[in-house]
Amino acid sequence: MGKVQVEDNARKFIKQDNVHEKEHDEHLYAALMKRSKVANEIPEWETLRNLASQIKEHTLTHLDQYIEMFVENATKNGIQVHFAKDADEHNAIVYDILSHHNVKRIIKSKSMLQEECGMTPFLEKKGIDVLETDLGERIQQLSDERPSHIVMPAIHKTTEDVAKLFAEKIGTNPNDDDPHSLCESMRNNARPKFLVADAGMTGGNFAIAETGSFVVCTNEGNADLTASLPPLHIASIGIEKLLPKLEDLGVFIRLLSRSALGTPATQYTSHFSGPREGSEMHVVLTDNGRSKRLGMDQFWHSLKCIRCGACMNTCPVYRRSGGLSYGATYSGPIGIILDPTFDMDMYS
Amino acid sequence: MKVALFIPCYIDLIYPKAGIASLELLEKLGVEVVFPLHQTCCGQPMANEGDEQHSIKTETQFCENFKDLDVDYIVGPAGSCVKHVKLHMTAIDQTEEVKQIRAKTIELVEFIHDVLQIQDFSQVEFPHRIAIHNSCSAVRGLHLASRFEWREPYFNKPENLLKNVRGIDIEVIDRPQECCGFGGTFCVTDEAVSAKMGQDKVADYTKHSIEYVVSPDMSCLMHQQGIAAREKSDLKFLHIAQVLNNGPF
Repeated sequence: MGKVQVEDNARKFIKQDNVHEKEHDEHLYAALMKRSKVANEIPEWETLRNLASQIKEHTLTHLDQYIEMFVENATKNGIQVHFAKDADEHNAIVYDILSHHNVKRIIKSKSMLQEECGMTPFLEKKGIDVLETDLGERIQQLSDERPSHIVMPAIHKTTEDVAKLFAEKIGTNPNDDDPHSLCESMRNNARPKFLVADAGMTGGNFAIAETGSFVVCTNEGNADLTASLPPLHIASIGIEKLLPKLEDLGVFIRLLSRSALGTPATQYTSHFSGPREGSEMHVVLTDNGRSKRLGMDQFWHSLKCIRCGACMNTCPVYRRSGGLSYGATYSGPIGIILDPTFDMDMYS
Repeated sequence: MKVALFIPCYIDLIYPKAGIASLELLEKLGVEVVFPLHQTCCGQPMANEGDEQHSIKTETQFCENFKDLDVDYIVGPAGSCVKHVKLHMTAIDQTEEVKQIRAKTIELVEFIHDVLQIQDFSQVEFPHRIAIHNSCSAVRGLHLASRFEWREPYFNKPENLLKNVRGIDIEVIDRPQECCGFGGTFCVTDEAVSAKMGQDKVADYTKHSIEYVVSPDMSCLMHQQGIAAREKSDLKFLHIAQVLNNGPF
């Protein structure tokens, strides 16, 4: 594939009408203002940010030790840990676990790493049915599009767009674009599918070395359903998600949702520390270019990223361009930094 | 106090009045000013695009002009160009001479506000409704004002210089720190996004019935002025030195 023409894509996003780019910009600017407001309520905000940066720096410079500690403790908890050096290996490991359990249908919560690995198309080709449980991700899945924002995957769409999409895909009224009824329709459509899934897949926002547990943050509770309903839970976690201790987590939890959406915390901060009785829990610790990036003088800082999406909200160019214009898993400022490390030609 | 005046190329070519105002203002404030005649570009546009080869030539030319001058400071009325010299002029060898030149370079508002420590311009009259545009370079690069993404006490050096001007009405628009979309070569390479950002900026001024947009960065105003002209807007744009020096307009 050739170079992504971000400028042309952005032009199309702006010129399509007078609604999409305008609403996109306004919604994200509002999120940015909410971040400022809640950050102002915490006098130690900048101290927290610095502390988080230092914890990440310490962890990343002792990553081998913390990975070993995590694996040892997770294994003690009954979690089966796998190592994937790249996207292909990640997908092969996941498929291997799924075929071992004869899985036909999976439900999954939002995971940028699984997105990065192209996992869903890979599994679909193998005949496995994949259902996104996050509302925004489900909208994107039904549209056959990537997430356009790390935290708000369908933020480039209007409620009218979603009403049309749902009408076409799940048979709702195309003229009813009330967000509540759209949510309710998708809930009613998706819940029965949750109940019959053979396996659930999640990502992981943080993995704690000392406890061998991991944490998933969502606002819809969908990761909890995903992890708790089926008898098999597989979590894909990038190796940069490690934190040394449980006490470190508080720093990041205080920062994450305030930075992302301007709320004090995500609705759900779920700790997974081992399989339920009669079920299995797997973690696929994935590198996919991270250790190479760790060795780059100019780029290793990007491994500190907690995927809050604040850089997207603050970026006036991203707000006008729409995330899909970047033609990559990661868009906006963090995408500009990360994407060339995946493909120098496409994202130069 | 003796300074060398650094007039960026686009001010020389497109906005000479901003250059003249800077010179007159500094002299009014009791500063001895020398002006090296062979100034061209500081190298910023090329450096921003990663074209080190060509930024080497202009950066070398810049240093040739400003070496051996026996001045206390090199003062430039342009945030983004000063930011380039101070923070990013790294394509050339960092000799002792180059380091000194970079360390001496300072933006005009910062020089008046922090070095001369003058903030009272109450002898100047400008009875108009204005908005201050602080460029991204001035705010994030040179820290001429507090950055709204950070938790830091509010300050705004251009505003401090302007607020005592007689008759002036300083309005705060909806998004005072929003980038106007100029971004140097960005306005050429990413024309659609750049133009949209400029249009949004002009709409914000219009909503607040602004007469004049005043800035320490004429390059941003060049972009905004172009957009406003296409929209047949009455908005007028001035470098902060033109207001503080009472012209030339």
